[in-house]
Amino acid sequence: MATALIDGPEELTGKNTAPEAVVVRFAGDSGDGMQLTGGQFTLSTALAGNDLSTFPDFPAEIRAPQGTLFGVSAFQINFGSTDIETAGDQPDVLIAMNPAALKVNLDVLKIGGLIIADSGEFNKRNLEKAKYAANPLADGSLDRWQLLSFDISALTLQAVKPFGLGNKEALRCKNMWTLGLALWMFDRDRQPLIDWLRGKFIKNHVLADANIAALNAGHAYGETAELSGPLRQVHIGAVASEPGLYRTVTGAESISYGLVAGAQLAGLPMFFGGYPITPASSILHNLVKLKEFGVTTFQAEDEIAAIASAIGASYAGHLGVTSSSGPGIALKGEAMGLAVMTELPLVIVNSQRGGPSTGLPTKTEQSDLYQAVYGRNGDAPIPVIAARSPSDAFDCAIEAVRIATQYMTPVILLTDGYIANAAEPWKVPDPSSYTPFPVTFLEEPNGPDGTVLPFARNANGARPWIRPGTPGLMHRIGGIEKNPATGAIDYSAASHQTMTDLRKAKIDGIARSIPAQEVTLGGPGGRLVLVGWGSTFGPIHQAVRRARRRGLDVSHVHVRHIWPLPDNLGDLLKGYGKVLVPEMNTGQFKTVLRDQYLVDARPLGKTSGQPFTIAEIEAAIDAALA
Amino acid sequence: MNDLTPIKTTIKDWETDQEVRWCPGCGDYAILKAVQRTLPDLGSDPSKTVFVSGIGCSSRFPYYIESYGFHTIHGRAPAFATGIKLANPDLDVWLITGDGDGLSIGGNHLMHVIRRNVNTQILLFNNEIYGLTKGQYSPTSREGTPSPTTPLGSVDHPASPCAFALGAGGRFIARSYDISKDLPAVLKAAHAHQGAAFVEIFQNCIVYNKDRFGDFTARPVADATQLWTRHGEPLLFAKGTKGIALDADALKLAVVDVTDGDWRAAGVMVHDQTNRALAHLLVEMPFGLFPMALGVIHDDPRPTYESALLGQDARARAGRSTDLGKLLASGQTWTVAG
Repeated sequence: MATALIDGPEELTGKNTAPEAVVVRFAGDSGDGMQLTGGQFTLSTALAGNDLSTFPDFPAEIRAPQGTLFGVSAFQINFGSTDIETAGDQPDVLIAMNPAALKVNLDVLKIGGLIIADSGEFNKRNLEKAKYAANPLADGSLDRWQLLSFDISALTLQAVKPFGLGNKEALRCKNMWTLGLALWMFDRDRQPLIDWLRGKFIKNHVLADANIAALNAGHAYGETAELSGPLRQVHIGAVASEPGLYRTVTGAESISYGLVAGAQLAGLPMFFGGYPITPASSILHNLVKLKEFGVTTFQAEDEIAAIASAIGASYAGHLGVTSSSGPGIALKGEAMGLAVMTELPLVIVNSQRGGPSTGLPTKTEQSDLYQAVYGRNGDAPIPVIAARSPSDAFDCAIEAVRIATQYMTPVILLTDGYIANAAEPWKVPDPSSYTPFPVTFLEEPNGPDGTVLPFARNANGARPWIRPGTPGLMHRIGGIEKNPATGAIDYSAASHQTMTDLRKAKIDGIARSIPAQEVTLGGPGGRLVLVGWGSTFGPIHQAVRRARRRGLDVSHVHVRHIWPLPDNLGDLLKGYGKVLVPEMNTGQFKTVLRDQYLVDARPLGKTSGQPFTIAEIEAAIDAALA
Repeated sequence: MNDLTPIKTTIKDWETDQEVRWCPGCGDYAILKAVQRTLPDLGSDPSKTVFVSGIGCSSRFPYYIESYGFHTIHGRAPAFATGIKLANPDLDVWLITGDGDGLSIGGNHLMHVIRRNVNTQILLFNNEIYGLTKGQYSPTSREGTPSPTTPLGSVDHPASPCAFALGAGGRFIARSYDISKDLPAVLKAAHAHQGAAFVEIFQNCIVYNKDRFGDFTARPVADATQLWTRHGEPLLFAKGTKGIALDADALKLAVVDVTDGDWRAAGVMVHDQTNRALAHLLVEMPFGLFPMALGVIHDDPRPTYESALLGQDARARAGRSTDLGKLLASGQTWTVAG
């Protein structure tokens, strides 16, 4: 239960012993470097051996007008000496670099929590932009919280004065000053940051020195303030983790690595066709750096060309991969149907965001489940897998590649904006510990008299993969219905019925190759089960854990294989009195469960662009068991 | 085209057992025969040849060629072809499209496959009508074309395929028509070109747009109305009695009469297939006042997309570890002791 300070944040400033976990939120202007500050603080937290989870929360605009409410960019991190599975319900500490950042983030700050504000930015102009009638630092409106305000701008300018920077450049060191203070607060080593700054500004030693000076000044300020103010240094101990080598990883990174690992296990080169879209672009950004692993990347002219090129590459014998977010996935729909019809392997990654249409480009949601499971013309079944966390996404990507290549089918891998951007510690896996699933291409005619039967099927119901360029295996494929025996164009009634049945049976049969559904937490029956999928794992898990500690009869089942579902899931769910499905949509997985199992699954929806809090789910558990 | 070892085939080797389903008399039959006649001459290997198409009458083409074939989705064939070439640049890829498939729903992809210069032969069958959906006007239909969707005649200005391809940066632009005896020569030149080779083939839709191109393809008028461009030769037509000259002051072309074969005296230009400006002028000549320019109008290769991209990838890979375990364990890590 390490989402935040358990008994309130007084440990931070009071006399009590160190808390198990702390939630800190850095908030400032889009241009203030809050994501960078948060990222570096995350690294230092990981190096200190804490478990952690982060939540970058930034606007869709790249550089929104300075000081505005909609331009506020925030980075939240939850870290502790016990297992951390969410970015934290409510921050204990809010670092507000201007009035807008304070205003936008104040309502989530825990009552009694600590506000650290840059008073230098609370001038008339910025207060007006943030729509404050009076200065909140001075009018007593923040009395419910502990307030520490000082002129970070002036202190930074003073610290970097010896380096002769212009005013604008000097003020850009503010984030390092703030980071220095945060590092002091949580007893962190500054050296990795100093090394990183030296590397970042390798061509400009003056900037490196100035930033390091700001970092040191912030750190020194903490030491001094401790003597006189409410600020107190807190040490969060290292988490008791499984032994091994660790690093931090974001979902975009782990998916990229997992796809490469999957391609290696299949023995295939990989082709990635993509088109820039938030929040999926980071997968393409990561893969372009992995060319030596047999990766070819192609930035296509649009989403349709991105998937079409990937299908073309699969046809030619590569592992074709494409990725996008909801609007782009919508455009890819027709081509997905072609991949279903021609039975070619393909992995489609959807980093879901708030929709419909452009919706909330930088905010998270899980509302593309219908699109993934049902969203194509014709009977076009596609396996769907959902990752629960950044580190889980690695295994999910490998699983997607396995299914795509072993069953000759497109596979959809669902993640979301939260998983893509959030970081967590990751026990570095050993790729050689995974069982390979090598692909064999057809090299000789497989029909009578030297004929080629491109739609003959193996025990999995999969057709042979035939690369153009293979001598003597010339054949034609396409989107038109075909004869089940010969593969030639044939849209007769019998052929379409048979082929539709065969395609469905093949995808249904995948259920035989996936593990039985386990109960993630709790027992195999009882009064209530919470069924989750994707990135709601953390809050559901923590809420169920808390409720169980209070003696409530509730379990957690978290589903990775959305389509086809694990064979035992229906029976498992029927063992519970009530089924509640928390998801960041209006009840999409709930519909699938009802449809498949005739269980009375109830929805718990949230579509605010923010992840669930533990408290929200815990309240729903209480209500369901009342 | 690719530097493949030529192999011996006959026209029979390129025929499939599929029943051809175009309307009797369709221009597509003549194009199919021309392609099947050309492939043995090119020394092409059916195992290394891929025909990729979109949707429409023309796009049924791959089913009738005994090679690898991929009948994809409407307008997107260029993107599939790009993926195929990047995955295996040794394949000889022919892209079959039509005026609706290539210039309407697939205009974006056609532009980019040409712009990138993916090494393929792009054959656009232009019949100025939608055939497979039963006769609606197309983006190349002339103004005033009556059709089920434009009963009072279309009002929009048609696209010019060759001008489009040039505008997209095309380095090989050629034009021919279904029943032309010179179509195989044009196809061979397209195949010889390293890069995206764009060929517009006027094609007679016997059902919905019959004899649309008869005013220059019909035998009696052919000589007087067809200008075949040949690199290094004067731009003559009408059995050498007329030619194309440049009006340098107005920066436009003019038709001039040639007396006693003295084309130099008449100011007739010599065709230079590497001259892009001339190519633009030739493909934009308004038919009627001018003849129809046919043949290889522009041919000036530059490096292909796949050679550039895959070359860059190869350089980036050189000397780098392919140990994934090592990569995963790189960066800032920490160890939890057991």
